[in-house]
Amino acid sequence: MTALSVDIRVDFPGFALEVVHGFEGQGLTALFGPSGCGKSTLLRVIAGFETSARGRLAYGDEVWLNGRRGLAPHRRGVGYVFQDTRLFPHLSVRGNLDYADKRAADLPARYGFDDVVKALDLGPLFGRGATTLSGGERQRVAMGRALLSRPRLLLMDEPLAALDTRRKGEILPYIARLPGVFGVPVIYVTHAIEEVTQLADRIVALEAGRVVAAGGVAETLERLDLAGVQGRFEAGAVLAGYVVAQDVDMHLTRVDLGGGLALEVPEIRLPVGEAVRLRVRARDVALALARPAGVSIRNMLEAEVLRVEVEAETAYAEVLLALGGQHLRARVTRAALRDLEVVPGQKLVAMIKAAAFDRQALPRG
Amino acid sequence: MVAPDLGPLWLTAQLAGMTTLLLLLLGTPLAWWLAQTRARIKPVVEAVTALPLVLPPTVLGFYMLVLFSPTAALGGLWLKVTGTTLTFSFVGLVVASVLYSLPFMVQPLQSAFEAVGRGPLEAAASLRAGPLDAFFSVASPLALRGYLTAVVLTFAHTVGEFGVVLMVGGNIPGQTRVVSIQIYEHVETIDYAAAHMLAAILLLFSFVVLLAVYVLNRRFPIHAGVR
Repeated sequence: MTALSVDIRVDFPGFALEVVHGFEGQGLTALFGPSGCGKSTLLRVIAGFETSARGRLAYGDEVWLNGRRGLAPHRRGVGYVFQDTRLFPHLSVRGNLDYADKRAADLPARYGFDDVVKALDLGPLFGRGATTLSGGERQRVAMGRALLSRPRLLLMDEPLAALDTRRKGEILPYIARLPGVFGVPVIYVTHAIEEVTQLADRIVALEAGRVVAAGGVAETLERLDLAGVQGRFEAGAVLAGYVVAQDVDMHLTRVDLGGGLALEVPEIRLPVGEAVRLRVRARDVALALARPAGVSIRNMLEAEVLRVEVEAETAYAEVLLALGGQHLRARVTRAALRDLEVVPGQKLVAMIKAAAFDRQALPRG
Repeated sequence: MVAPDLGPLWLTAQLAGMTTLLLLLLGTPLAWWLAQTRARIKPVVEAVTALPLVLPPTVLGFYMLVLFSPTAALGGLWLKVTGTTLTFSFVGLVVASVLYSLPFMVQPLQSAFEAVGRGPLEAAASLRAGPLDAFFSVASPLALRGYLTAVVLTFAHTVGEFGVVLMVGGNIPGQTRVVSIQIYEHVETIDYAAAHMLAAILLLFSFVVLLAVYVLNRRFPIHAGVR
């Protein structure tokens, strides 16, 4: 169901953002695209910070922008997590949280102050000054503060961009839980494909100020028209599954993909039974006619060829495979395709090196 | 040892205090508007606000004397409403001082508000704080140093005014005879001992005030505002 309908235009010298899209009222939607594509600007338009925007913006039957007239930002009930957090330096962590909580006191909410503090582990930070926190702590406080304003919609502008890989890994699980635990729809701006696959329920891909693709994560990432957005080298597919076993000695985790298929991947620290999403880049998938013996590759899956896309004027072709009910992409040379005589409908063995999986995987549910 | 005459000192303190209070009320909205606006008229308003910095106090005093005169529109209206004249009165001095010290209140505040920037205000708006709420709960605390600087400079600058007072207020004991005028008077009558006493008090006062500002500026744990 569309909750936020957007039909707006913002003109800058040499660049125009023109977006028509209906955002859903639940889950996490990733606003994805290269830097300078206008995704952050779109977020600012939705929040009401971009006063030069014109067009129409409506949340349910509440109009936020009509022509040039916009509803004041503080009346929209939109939470905003800024990339630079913008915690108030004159207040403590507790003071920052109270600032939001106090101003939302009369609003009906599904959750209270303590729920947010607990979910984000903010208790130990209460007495600290906002300027003494580490980058990851600042982002957690910023998320908590935004949630405590009891927003109807939460906007997040690249909250992980300023953090190093380890800190990102620490914060990601908190973000993944937001829509589910607090029931707040999230629009999440990012240019990192890993964040999209791990967090998002839907993608809206932007390029040069326009929406170029939108829909579910797996389908949208599969679509080749996205090549310009994520780059051919990064193209791939997303596989969903469940943790079924942990090999503690070997630091391996076994993930069931359904349909009798399973993967062995580098350790994912999640309990057995947790749902995970794994992103497999097309270039990390190799094909064989039969199961080879004596190779180091652990993951060999029976797959059926659905489609073959030859890239003219290059050495490469992409093969779309059915893997149980899911899809996988393989990027191989045209020469290999010719030698293996790959045709649609053919049964093949898809091989994925365990090392190809993104280091972090997350619970989905 | 000559006992200092406390009358002019007390009068000066009253004048400077009143002027600072009034300017805090009038200058803050003006500084806020200047820091926020994109209106084309902004430079004009900024130039007018800065005028007292460059005009000789006698020029300012002269125009105000003309404006306050009972035969002029403003002075005449004041006489009709209150039964007193604006010229050569304490009230007239306050009005003149407000104009004379305007830039010392507005400029530090404006740059403090500009240093706060839009970021914290957008954050406040995203947390349901309206503009007035955000001004008091976020912009003002972040601009605290700017307030401190503005208040101290305004007060001190009003204490030190001479030319405007002489033009508008004259030299009436208990009414318009402030410290600077009193010192001038003592020198004119070659009473150097009394002049020394008052001058030393003013010197000490100015030094202590400025020292306090710099010490507080070092200690305040506020990152925005005038550095």
